[in-house]
Amino acid sequence: AALKDGLRSQVSAALKEGRVTPTELCQRCLALIKSTKFLNAYITVAEETALKQAEEAEERYKRGQPLGILDGVPIAVKDNFNTAGIETTCASNMLKGYISPYNATVVQKLLDQGAVLLGKTNLDEFAMGSGSTDGIFGPVRNPWSYSKQYKEKSVPKSHSEDEESDWVITGGSSGGSAAAVSSFTCFAALGSDTGGSTRNPAAHCGVVGLKPTYGLISRHGLIPLVNSMDVPGILTRCVDDAAVLLGSLAGHDPKDSTTIQDDFKPFELPNLTDVSKLSIGIPKEYRAPGLSSEILALWSKAADLFKNAGAKVVEVSLPHTRYSIVCYHVLCTAEVASNMARFDGLEYGHRSDMKESTESMYSATRREGFNDVVRGRILSGNYFLLKQNYEKYFVKAQKVRRLIANDFVKVFRSGVDVLLTPTTLSDAAPYTEFIQEDNRTRSAQDDILTQAANMAGLPAINVPTALSERGLPVGLQFIGRSFQEKQLLTVAKWFEKQVQFPMIQLEEVKRHDSGVFQHQKSSFS
Amino acid sequence: QKVSVEVLDHLEHLALVDFRDAEGLERLQKAIQFADQLHEVNTDGVEPMDSVLEDRWCLYLREDDVTEGNCTKELLENAREKVEEYFVAPPGNIPLPKLEERETFLGS
Repeated sequence: AALKDGLRSQVSAALKEGRVTPTELCQRCLALIKSTKFLNAYITVAEETALKQAEEAEERYKRGQPLGILDGVPIAVKDNFNTAGIETTCASNMLKGYISPYNATVVQKLLDQGAVLLGKTNLDEFAMGSGSTDGIFGPVRNPWSYSKQYKEKSVPKSHSEDEESDWVITGGSSGGSAAAVSSFTCFAALGSDTGGSTRNPAAHCGVVGLKPTYGLISRHGLIPLVNSMDVPGILTRCVDDAAVLLGSLAGHDPKDSTTIQDDFKPFELPNLTDVSKLSIGIPKEYRAPGLSSEILALWSKAADLFKNAGAKVVEVSLPHTRYSIVCYHVLCTAEVASNMARFDGLEYGHRSDMKESTESMYSATRREGFNDVVRGRILSGNYFLLKQNYEKYFVKAQKVRRLIANDFVKVFRSGVDVLLTPTTLSDAAPYTEFIQEDNRTRSAQDDILTQAANMAGLPAINVPTALSERGLPVGLQFIGRSFQEKQLLTVAKWFEKQVQFPMIQLEEVKRHDSGVFQHQKSSFS
Repeated sequence: QKVSVEVLDHLEHLALVDFRDAEGLERLQKAIQFADQLHEVNTDGVEPMDSVLEDRWCLYLREDDVTEGNCTKELLENAREKVEEYFVAPPGNIPLPKLEERETFLGS
């Protein structure tokens, strides 16, 4: 079905008109979560509190006083956001059993609008990784592994081999959130994005993944990785929904001094019909080594789509693109070394039994609590921050960062409105293949197309575009100007309408059949 | 350019992750090697960038008013070892053993 106006008000209208109640919606989502448990998308399912929230929402609908579009709508949150009274683990032994005493600002905002928090989703440990495979609760499975579309294209293995070993990764690190949205267990999910952690899994799971401009959405309560690059990410099934979520979350937070003070006005996306005034930039350096020919072709096709519709499509250059990953490597490890220092076992989280001295307790606690990836990054980060290395590595990386950011400034100043690039190098890899390379190598490979937007703080969005030859989702990325989310999303929405990305055909979802799940493209009015 | 034992000990003192074994060292070496690519870039006359929001002056000081607090109970709940309103730590001022004093392997 095409994205017609009539379909856009599915859930919101259905709730207002009483065709479905928040409790029913919540129960269906919870049931679907149970039957898709094999995806391992959720770490914690907050069944009791969710149902309570749903009941409260129901009361408000009965009185004709819903709080807004999100009232009664089930959502999921990545497990690196603090959620009061609910375990927040970051998929790490360091925080296993840690019950947050407060809500992250974005979580609070969602709850204040009546959203129903279904649970916390799985991720790579402390959001370090690009597969959602390196957390203590195990890897997340891409729902598309079980789709009719993928199974049809799979070469049947010999009967002795477990069909299960075919499954593909979600990408990461917000893989749980992407899988949750992709498998219809929630209507939207929060992720985080430091190097591509929202857009990467969005591309592999066939959902919309929005990385907002740095400074637009509060990071208070998001357990930090890289303070100068982290942003909360939004995962939804369509661009309109992303705009709704953005509207509920953006704005200055006195508790996060890195949020800008300008007033944010939530917006509805216009239905763009005339793209002749649009200028789309195609950065040639994004034709990265390792980019699959399939995605290259798709990218080209997308550029033609804009051209044929009358838009101006120009090749541009972002000359420092290839240093982005190295720059990120240094800045990320440096900031991680600093941010992870708070985990010492004294105030919260895991504490070792070692009692010989404070330092040996810290050391043992952190060895026991962190996986090798995290410890490796902390060690490297400390190296780059040593007095003798500070100028050579850390400050140098900061200078290179400016060069990367300036590349974008120059391009946007030349009249380009939005950049169009691939999001990932290929479709999702099978898990068995993915784990053959170590985390750092994978991250370096996979972040190449998404990372620079974090360097420059720019908004970027993955829009599911087509299925690959293997029947798996492939997405394309749009990068916009700072704080111009409305323009970015408007273009993304136009593109989404043109490509008509197919809906995932999952057995489990069919069994829980409901008109709301099957036919909705946009959940919110 | 190999990382010396002294540097490794110093790093452990700072990082406190107990990663001075062969694997930790190898990871570190690879990370340094990877980072060395930065030196290919000419950054003459370029100022380091702390924040992408540097033009917006958004880092501000607010009024020094107490707006929240009084949450001792909540904060103590997550601590494993406490006495009254204190977090309890093992004795301090005891240095970590140097690498040579441990039985772990060290490459050349």
